[in-house]
Amino acid sequence: MAEVPLSKAQLLPGFTHAVVRALPQSLAKEALRTGSLEVDLLKAQEEHDKYVSVLKHRLGLEVVELPADEALPDCVFVEDAAVVCGDTALITRPGAESRRKETEAMKAALTELGLSIVEMTDESATLDGGDVLFTGREFFVGLSMRTNQRGAEILADAFKDYAVSTVPVQDRLHLKSFCSMAGPGLIAIGASEAAQKALKIMQQMSDHNYDKLTLPDDLAANCVYMNLPSKGDSALRLLLQVFEKLKDHMLIPVSNQEKVKVDGALTCCSVLVNRKKNI
Amino acid sequence: MTTEVGSESDVKKVPEVQQQTAPASAEPSQEESPSDPEAAASLEPSSPPADGGPKKEKGISRFLPPWLKRQKSQSQDKPGESSAPPKQESVEAVQEEQEEKHGAGAATASTEQTEEEKSIGSADTQPVREEKSEEKEVETKEEEQVIPHEASGLSALKLNKKMKMVVCHVTLLDGSQFSCEVEKRAKGQYLFFQVCEHLNLLEKDYFGLSFKDNAEQRCWLDPTKEIKRQIRNSQWQFAFSVKFYPLDPSQLTEDITRYLLCLQLRQDIASGRLPCSFVTHALLGSYTLQAELGDHDPEEHRLDYISDFQFAPNQTKELEEKVVELHKSHRGMTPAQSDAQFLENAKKLSMYGVDLHHAKDSEGVDIMLGVCANGLLIYKDRLRINRFAWPKILKISYKRSNFYIKIRPGETEQFESTVGFKLPNHRAAKRVWKVCVEHHTFFRLVSPEQPTKTKFLTLGSKFRYSGRTQAQTRQASSLIDRPAPYFQRTSSKRISRSLDGAPVVNVSDYSQAAGAGENGPALELNSDSKSQQVEVVEEPDADAATSISSETAFETDGAGAPERKSKLRVQGENIYVRHSNLMLEDLDKTQEDVLKHQASISELKRSFMEATPDPMPSQWDKRLTGSPATTLRLQAQGSAEVKPEVNGQPEVVEVVEETVVIEEVVKAKPKSPAPEVPATVETECAAEVKEERSLSSDSDSEEEAEYHAQPPTTTTHNNKKKQEPEEEQEAVLIQQAPPSGIESQPITEAAEPAPSAEEEKPAELPEEEVHADEPLATPDEAPNGHALQAKAPPTLRAAPTEEEEPHIVNGSASRVEAEHLPQVICCSEPPVVKTEMVTISDTFAAQKTEISTKEVPIVHTETKTITYEAAQLDGNGDGEPGVLMTAQTITSESLCTTTTTHITKTLKGGLSETRIEKRIVITGDSDIDHDQALAQAIKEAKEQHPDMSVTRVVVHKETELAEDED
Repeated sequence: MAEVPLSKAQLLPGFTHAVVRALPQSLAKEALRTGSLEVDLLKAQEEHDKYVSVLKHRLGLEVVELPADEALPDCVFVEDAAVVCGDTALITRPGAESRRKETEAMKAALTELGLSIVEMTDESATLDGGDVLFTGREFFVGLSMRTNQRGAEILADAFKDYAVSTVPVQDRLHLKSFCSMAGPGLIAIGASEAAQKALKIMQQMSDHNYDKLTLPDDLAANCVYMNLPSKGDSALRLLLQVFEKLKDHMLIPVSNQEKVKVDGALTCCSVLVNRKKNI
Repeated sequence: MTTEVGSESDVKKVPEVQQQTAPASAEPSQEESPSDPEAAASLEPSSPPADGGPKKEKGISRFLPPWLKRQKSQSQDKPGESSAPPKQESVEAVQEEQEEKHGAGAATASTEQTEEEKSIGSADTQPVREEKSEEKEVETKEEEQVIPHEASGLSALKLNKKMKMVVCHVTLLDGSQFSCEVEKRAKGQYLFFQVCEHLNLLEKDYFGLSFKDNAEQRCWLDPTKEIKRQIRNSQWQFAFSVKFYPLDPSQLTEDITRYLLCLQLRQDIASGRLPCSFVTHALLGSYTLQAELGDHDPEEHRLDYISDFQFAPNQTKELEEKVVELHKSHRGMTPAQSDAQFLENAKKLSMYGVDLHHAKDSEGVDIMLGVCANGLLIYKDRLRINRFAWPKILKISYKRSNFYIKIRPGETEQFESTVGFKLPNHRAAKRVWKVCVEHHTFFRLVSPEQPTKTKFLTLGSKFRYSGRTQAQTRQASSLIDRPAPYFQRTSSKRISRSLDGAPVVNVSDYSQAAGAGENGPALELNSDSKSQQVEVVEEPDADAATSISSETAFETDGAGAPERKSKLRVQGENIYVRHSNLMLEDLDKTQEDVLKHQASISELKRSFMEATPDPMPSQWDKRLTGSPATTLRLQAQGSAEVKPEVNGQPEVVEVVEETVVIEEVVKAKPKSPAPEVPATVETECAAEVKEERSLSSDSDSEEEAEYHAQPPTTTTHNNKKKQEPEEEQEAVLIQQAPPSGIESQPITEAAEPAPSAEEEKPAELPEEEVHADEPLATPDEAPNGHALQAKAPPTLRAAPTEEEEPHIVNGSASRVEAEHLPQVICCSEPPVVKTEMVTISDTFAAQKTEISTKEVPIVHTETKTITYEAAQLDGNGDGEPGVLMTAQTITSESLCTTTTTHITKTLKGGLSETRIEKRIVITGDSDIDHDQALAQAIKEAKEQHPDMSVTRVVVHKETELAEDED
């Protein structure tokens, strides 16, 4: 409960592994989306490959690639299927019924990695990983179309060490549709009203003081940040100019245009895990 | 003791006085065979003639500042009263017992007392210390007299039931029991200090004692109050535990403190109060093992070596294995290092230091209120659904079972909003409120708010956190200079036993653990006050502020009896207001900043307070007038809790405060050469009392408080029906601030005989007579009308009985006082009435006059009147009568006390003078600690009116004797 400035080291520990999943063909036509844009599957595939390659080669993570499942058009967005923090992985119960099965493969992969698995068995609970923002010291859970109170409670039970605050999310799919951690104690946030409102709530609920990085485009606020011992701070990002403010970050531009059409943000495409190899 | 003897003692003590006193008193008593051997003999054992009088006052006088302490005493005894002695003895016994306790407390916790004095920093304590040296001689003398007497008294006491000791059992953090004997009336802090001493703990501010009340709720023991009154009928069983979880345990100075904190956290974790993940359980458990057992020893430590420890509410084999695995990795770590690591990890837990309370939101949904260092957290199940940091909160209050917080408007919002929560009951609401107040003060403030603040913020309960704040305790502990104390860590067995044996604390218990707080200068809290009033207080209207403060003065211990509130107050409502400026502080301000900020706030307050009071009726006055029904209750602390005996005769304590406006109290420092005092509020109040005498400001503020002892109820007096011995005590406390002219006058001068101090002689007697003769309504019945009557007497002092009332009415009363300072009070003994009058005066030159009571109807009572007076600096010179601006009388009553307050404002020579007289009637049998109640009342009065000075305290104690004895 201490109101302590977030020290860089303790926040957002480095990661060793990343779990990703291949694109199913069905993504183009069947994936859920809030808009009605056509997805160029080929281009999407290209972007995804690039993304995985960055994780693998530039960031040096061990990438676990799950095979695509055509019956699960949204399966590439693995983030929603699990929340990993420390040694614990919470297998979620996605809000969209069509996605519930995505968790199976994820659970298997995470078990394989030696994480202790907590499953969300409560039938009344729903939670998408996209609604969960872990700042390093606490969780914010967006209450959205996909995530409900019960889901948040179960998450709180799974991660007892941390405060779990709920944040209403309006007009957006997920909490992380407009924000993400862009560094230790640094929240990247979109400029939209919905985003700013949510940020205010988060600031009020927190015992910690976060810096914020406001981006004109909500989607741009979704980045993948990680602190890699070997490579320093790194961030996958969409918009170069704004992120250049982060002088000490290694910025890795990644295109994500196609997946965005089906509401897929950068963080959606991977589940990051920190596991020592020998455990 | 006989009259003669009495006067002799006077002679010894205050030679100057004697001349006047002796003749006066001697005359009347002559008829009564002053030297009756019988009477003398019977009294002998308990009270040696010479100091019998003074001795008795000791009980009360120990609470009074020295300047009020000098006493002249005169006591008389009558032959007819031979039956009286036994009764008297018992009374004395009580007093001695108190002294004893007092002494013991001082001995054991002398250090602490000093600290307390400091922390209280109120007007009372300060002067006492300062003048100590000056009056040393006198005091020593008194003590010498007392000691022998005490000794004899003690022996007499042996058989006496009064000397009751009680054994307290305290469960320590390691599960062991600590037992210690305390005097039955000991205060919470006495026991707490005993425990800390036993533990060898210096950084004790983070800890507290708790007990379970009748409803099985955990309550914090208020150190400033008597234990007995807090626990009521519960057992004398307490738990020593952490009250404020330090934000950063690494900043604690001593390992022993960290060790105790670890023990507390282990309990919290094992009981589930402090939830944590499997990994954290394992990690913390491993540090515990390392601290308790040292390095893992594969041979000695098989897996089952840890089964005695409880690391988690539901401990699994898997967890134990993990613990052992981690334990192995801590090789080489010392116990202290292990504790430190334990704490470093534990403090990050989200529920660390969060005190939970069950509640419902406005829609009836179950939620939890979590009070922590940074503010108030709202949980629904395990989710945090809202958070109100201290800077966001403008006010905290409770009313009945509701708890409210007023929220500072956000950047975009225009209005403050109030959020309400429903607690299970009134007590729970009050408890959460108190915990908030304490946490806010401890963590958020640099120093507890000083009583001055009370002036404009307080209306209701006076509850404040009296301890040190975290900042202060850190500073204090940085001064700790002793070799790290050796302490024995618990064995694993003991821990497990304690955990098993002790009832597991569940969440609800936890939430209830929030304690009762302490009274102190810290923050403003009122039990039962209207928010409106409080707000008024906040207005920069000096007058309003002043008047409000007067108002406040009458509320003593609102907490004690929330039920009986005057109409002015809303029942059960408590408000906690912070100075809004404080809210502007940034969370991350450094302490220095905060300090500066507070200083400037103090400045603000000061200027605010210094504003010249408007001679016209203040808003408050108007308000009061508007609602004649408003009555304020002054309740001696704790008295509410004591049930009045059926036959108990009322004890009347009248406090008359007169006063007010002290501008720049700080101007002249009495003793210190530098007259200018930096403007901190605290300094201000501390200095006030003394300064008032010696210096004064341009404004003449006059404060008068009278503790008037008068037989409250004539009825009682004249009634022979009462068979049980009863005591009656009246006290009048008068406070006066010297006129501005005296400003530069050093205290010493002030102490010098004021020529003018003659005033009251004639008055006193009449008063007495009035009381005896006039039937007064019983306190309980006292309507407003009665209040007026009751009031009158104190002021009347200067004038003969009949005229007194008129005086008051005219408002001239106060002036009379100022002009004539009656320093002496005499009494004579009517055939059946044993009366003892004692006058204490600072002024050597004070003249005394004695007036003897003439024939008084036969009453089976014993009366004692004691007057304490401050030297008057008196600017009394002006004979010009003041113009009465306003006069009000307020009466309030509670179970065993009735308080009558009379406030007059007079305009004299362009100066407005406010005088407040309070009369408090305390009724009850001898079980009530009258002295304490009285002292409390005086103290409260002074705290509430820091700018006023107490110029007189008159205590009138009346004890009804058993009929058969006569």
